[in-house]
Amino acid sequence: MRSRITQLILSSVAILLIASAFATRPSGADGPALNRFLAFFDQHASLWFSVLAVFAFILGGASLMRTHWRKVTERADDWRYSLVTLVSFVVVLVVGLAKIGGPPGLQGNVAAPDSWLTSIFETVLSPLHATLYALLAFYIASASFRTFRARNLEATVLLVSALIVILGRIPYGATLTSWLPEPLTFLRMEDLSLWLLKVPNTAGQRAIMIGIALGVVAMAMRLILGVEKGQGGRSR
Amino acid sequence: MNSYVDLQHWNILLITVVLTSLIAWSIWRTRSGHSVSLRKFAALDAISDAVAKAVDSGQTVFFVPGVRDLDNMQTVAALSVLAPVAAEVATRGGRIFVPTSRSMVMDSARDICRQAYAEAGREDLWDEEMVTYISDDQLGFVARVDGLIAREKPGLCLFMGFFASESLLLAEGGYHVGAVQIAGTASPVQLPFFVTACDHTLIGEEFFAAGASLENDPHMLGSLHGQDLGKRLAIVCILAGTVIVTLAEVTGLDVASRLGDAFFTLFRAG
Repeated sequence: MRSRITQLILSSVAILLIASAFATRPSGADGPALNRFLAFFDQHASLWFSVLAVFAFILGGASLMRTHWRKVTERADDWRYSLVTLVSFVVVLVVGLAKIGGPPGLQGNVAAPDSWLTSIFETVLSPLHATLYALLAFYIASASFRTFRARNLEATVLLVSALIVILGRIPYGATLTSWLPEPLTFLRMEDLSLWLLKVPNTAGQRAIMIGIALGVVAMAMRLILGVEKGQGGRSR
Repeated sequence: MNSYVDLQHWNILLITVVLTSLIAWSIWRTRSGHSVSLRKFAALDAISDAVAKAVDSGQTVFFVPGVRDLDNMQTVAALSVLAPVAAEVATRGGRIFVPTSRSMVMDSARDICRQAYAEAGREDLWDEEMVTYISDDQLGFVARVDGLIAREKPGLCLFMGFFASESLLLAEGGYHVGAVQIAGTASPVQLPFFVTACDHTLIGEEFFAAGASLENDPHMLGSLHGQDLGKRLAIVCILAGTVIVTLAEVTGLDVASRLGDAFFTLFRAG
């Protein structure tokens, strides 16, 4: 019964949202009642989702607290990390809710320049983000080193293409092939690199995008028709 | 303009009707007994083997369902892959761990995994903490998941769904502990990172087909047949469009030019 109700809600909302995308937008109170209803639904559906997400966030926060509290009380492996998470969570929550250092009240800006929350963001969270993000440079290097080996034909094509694109993007690459005479200018690194990005790369990306669009439509149809398993409570 | 239907986007409406009809017809066709043959996905075969290996060696299976909420179709597709994977892990008596970056995704994933363990008769292994909420913050989520991967050393890492710059941060984390890694995403920008760092990658449409293919349910497979019909239609349109526009350009024929214009109108966006 529960799964049928869930499926009914899912299918109705999906059909209404699809219909609203193709329905005429009525101006003011004019226009057919159906179109006014669809316009209202389209306008408010994302808002309802946001309201649901806020309540779900409480669920997530509670789950996070429970997980780490359990680890701390049971002195499980690495419980000290959980303690840091718990303390940080509570401190930021209190500082944000109480709007310490910033304009008080419900309308007060929680991210005011003088607020403690802004200070925490700028002095703790921002440097941590930058540190983690900086890891990408090393990870790209190590992943590329592993991949760009001419083990087979596909890997060789990948290696050569990547080399051309990299060389075409740096001044040294341009000087390497600048000596090529007029009829062979299309072989210059910067031109070859641009061609690779504009032609084979765009063709591949478009093929992937068409496949994705078809996949999304098929997935949506499975959900609307209640064929998808594991979703909307349907038994597997 | 019609008072009910906005005919400004008639071409998109037409394409939507054609595609949805093809898929609906294919589902109905398989419901009435027609069988569907599927090509093999190496990545999907690898999931089953990797789950078996991880469970046998007592290692956890990590499943990351992307970093977007339930309103993103990639998250929904990721959850449809989670269902059969969780069932396989539960049947083999293993442990799955699903870190999520959205509360609603956590709730749905928890339902799916709980059901999988219940249907496998392994409620004794089920623990709510197997599916947990980490953080909505992108890099906070990555830091925690990478930390867990480094400490728990899972045997299999599955990254399914929408990912942004965290794709490589997560996949390299898994690589450094020697886990088998299988990714699936429809984010074209992140695909090269997954292809580079993972053992197998489900690209675009393969990712959306993965859940149906793993379930091997005839009704779900019907939609894949419809998806293939849509792809064939797209190929025919691309070839026909190329021939018509080339003819119009080379011969200057009025009929070819008009047909070419009609093609551009049919497939114009917005």
